[in-house]
Amino acid sequence: MNRRKLRDFLGTKLMLVVTVAISLLFFSIFFLLLFKSLFIFEQHSLAEILFSSSWNPGFNQFGLYPIIVGTVLVTGIALIIAVPISILSAVYIAEYAPKKIRKVVRPFIDVLAGVPSVVYGLCALLFLVPLIKDVIAPWFGIETTGYCILTASITLAIMVFPIIISLCVESFHAIPLSLREASLSVGATKWETVKKVIFRASAPSIISAVFLGFGRAFGETIAVNMVVGGITRTPSTIFSPGQTLASLIVSAYSDMMSSPLYESALMMVALILFIVVLLFNIFGIFILRRAKKRWNF
Amino acid sequence: MNKRTLEENIFKILMMISISIVVGSLIIIVALVIINGGPALTLGLLTQTSSGEFYLGSGGGGILNAILGSLLLALPATGLACVIGIAIALYLQKDFTHSWVAGFIRFSLDILWGIPSIIYGVFCFLIMIYLGMSASVLVGIIALTLLEIPIITRYMDESIKLVPIGLKEGAYSLGSTKFETAVKVVPRQALPGILAGILLGLGRGIGDAASILFTAGFTNRIPSSLLDSTAALPTMIFQLSTSSLPIVRQKASATALVLLLIVFTISILSRALSKRYMKYVIK
Amino acid sequence: MSTECRIQIETKNLNVSFHDNHVLRNIDIKIPAKKLTAIIGPSGCGKTTLLKSFNRLLEIQDDVKISGQILVDGKNILAPRLDVPDIRKKMGLLSQKPYPLPMSIHDNVAYGLRIHSNKNKGEIESTVEHCLQEVGLWNEVKGRLHDPASRLSVGQQQRLCLARAIAVEPEVVLCDEPTSALDPLAAQQIEKLLLKLKKDYTVVLVTHTLRQAKRVADHVIFLYFGMVIEQGPADEFFNNPKNPETKAYLSGEIS
Repeated sequence: MNRRKLRDFLGTKLMLVVTVAISLLFFSIFFLLLFKSLFIFEQHSLAEILFSSSWNPGFNQFGLYPIIVGTVLVTGIALIIAVPISILSAVYIAEYAPKKIRKVVRPFIDVLAGVPSVVYGLCALLFLVPLIKDVIAPWFGIETTGYCILTASITLAIMVFPIIISLCVESFHAIPLSLREASLSVGATKWETVKKVIFRASAPSIISAVFLGFGRAFGETIAVNMVVGGITRTPSTIFSPGQTLASLIVSAYSDMMSSPLYESALMMVALILFIVVLLFNIFGIFILRRAKKRWNF
Repeated sequence: MNKRTLEENIFKILMMISISIVVGSLIIIVALVIINGGPALTLGLLTQTSSGEFYLGSGGGGILNAILGSLLLALPATGLACVIGIAIALYLQKDFTHSWVAGFIRFSLDILWGIPSIIYGVFCFLIMIYLGMSASVLVGIIALTLLEIPIITRYMDESIKLVPIGLKEGAYSLGSTKFETAVKVVPRQALPGILAGILLGLGRGIGDAASILFTAGFTNRIPSSLLDSTAALPTMIFQLSTSSLPIVRQKASATALVLLLIVFTISILSRALSKRYMKYVIK
Repeated sequence: MSTECRIQIETKNLNVSFHDNHVLRNIDIKIPAKKLTAIIGPSGCGKTTLLKSFNRLLEIQDDVKISGQILVDGKNILAPRLDVPDIRKKMGLLSQKPYPLPMSIHDNVAYGLRIHSNKNKGEIESTVEHCLQEVGLWNEVKGRLHDPASRLSVGQQQRLCLARAIAVEPEVVLCDEPTSALDPLAAQQIEKLLLKLKKDYTVVLVTHTLRQAKRVADHVIFLYFGMVIEQGPADEFFNNPKNPETKAYLSGEIS
């Protein structure tokens, strides 16, 4: 076999090996986390872990309920804030903004997407924490340190803006001009066209964008950890401190080495995080792919 | 004014408010970092390493260890991710593989993209413990490489996909083998997209904290070997922010300013390079 | 030709530029009411641009400059501060490729109705039925009104778009090469419909097939490289062209 052909063959096989290894990476992650979680499942049932309300590893209590509540609250509120703002911004960029403004705003969104989470956390710490502590909470008559669910939610919402906005803008742009013309030509206003035609046509993409944004928010660790308060009790209001699954992993990091059970518990938390984010991302990607095939973008 | 116009005007106002919130957020972030960190951004900060006192008050050195640490982690990681990324991206061209396999590979890359960076950190941490290693530059590099692979590979894949088939056929007709064409002809054409992906991956690698928190450790010294632990800019910011002293927080902001400058520069570089190499691209 | 023809649309010194590309130059035309006016000319000469200026659909794109006057029933629709959706309501549009809205067959036709009128559900349904009958689609779809419009054939979709356009009772129907994407049978159906429509509506038809124009037009406007070369009643235009370029086009020398 001549040299070139040999090199060709080896090169191809090498690529194959690498590709297979990487494709199976997420399986490897899943099984490793699962394997490490088995220990804690021997000692406590899944139901007990998910629903009991005290997380006290030193006393062999591994109830995740307060943390699950914290996670749902933080992520949920973040999305409630982020989704309307993002969709409206995307509509503005795609349908209403004059060309000059569009050219300026698009890079802003890209830059926002590139800011590291640590910096978001720091800014939330410097700005949002005092804001909520001294201005917003007193307005509601509540006292708080500022390190709370609401702060984490607002921070997450801002982090999620670029994802939803850019996916929505891309999908709005993919809708043919003639479809807009068809609506406008019967005398609909621009907004009516957006409401009744554009939203309908891009509904799958918008939903997919929300799913992907949710996945991002659910898995965000560092920024949330810096402002959520780190208290593993069920938060009573949005101004209470709390804890999320992702943030727990970071908070407990140094402690977990103290006992294998603790370590296993945290690996289970990581597993739960992994599975939930995976499911949301899979949904989101599937819906997005179907939408892409339909509208060809 | 009739009801329809009224509704449109209300939503127009809501849209303006929304976009202002989004744009305003970025402006506030940049302003905060500059205003709070500016005073602490001295030459000393950039050229000295940190010491114990650094975290406790106004003295005690700088963030050189973090700066070098970040470079030491992110550059090799990006390099490794590129090599692996090219291998996968070239493999994904239609000529090499059948549709459903390629579909599966792309799908798993999409999924890997969406995995939170903490999971990569935990994964590498577990393997690290199992192998009896401790937190070090080496493990940190591996974690970052895994994090960057999906990003870089996706960009490479998309760019190569856009290479017109006629170009490849031209190469084949001149006697190139599949592999040779893959390595020599295709990448040039796809260059702008590939560069954008690489720089995006690099930016992510420099800015990410969660993946290196457990795997690279933290230290005040500059690492002297691959097996030393190291600080990095994101982890330094994380450490400094937890302090209750405003002076120390200023240092955190200054560090954040350095980090942002690096990330923004990478982003601008990416756009400039893409434009420059667009001239090689045949439409 | 009859002299009591009312002029529905008239342009005065209309100029349109796209991205600094001067597409329409000094257009002065008159379109008679309740007749079928064909705008003909080689591809790329601005016919569609002219058509879409009548319902102010050009301005939704970037970098468009329009100057001059377009008078519809004597009123300049390019004047500032006018209610544009209202203007558009008076003009129905039939595009080259049918673009059914992403909703059911019934909702497509009812779309404009629901926006503009206060009719109740029953009235809307009967108007929808009436419009679908007008375009000859009723019998084919009456059993599946709530199916997505995308399931119809291309020819049916085009007739649906026509039904959607006339549902809001426009005065003018603008047609942009409506048969070019259709098979010959469907194309014939559309042509027959246009001939029927011109009794009740002013029809403006952009076409790049001379034969189609000859078949259906009462009035012809010839556009060449963005300028009006000749316009007039169909008889005179086809049998007695005055301009050398018109003669060249009619004889097939330029196309």
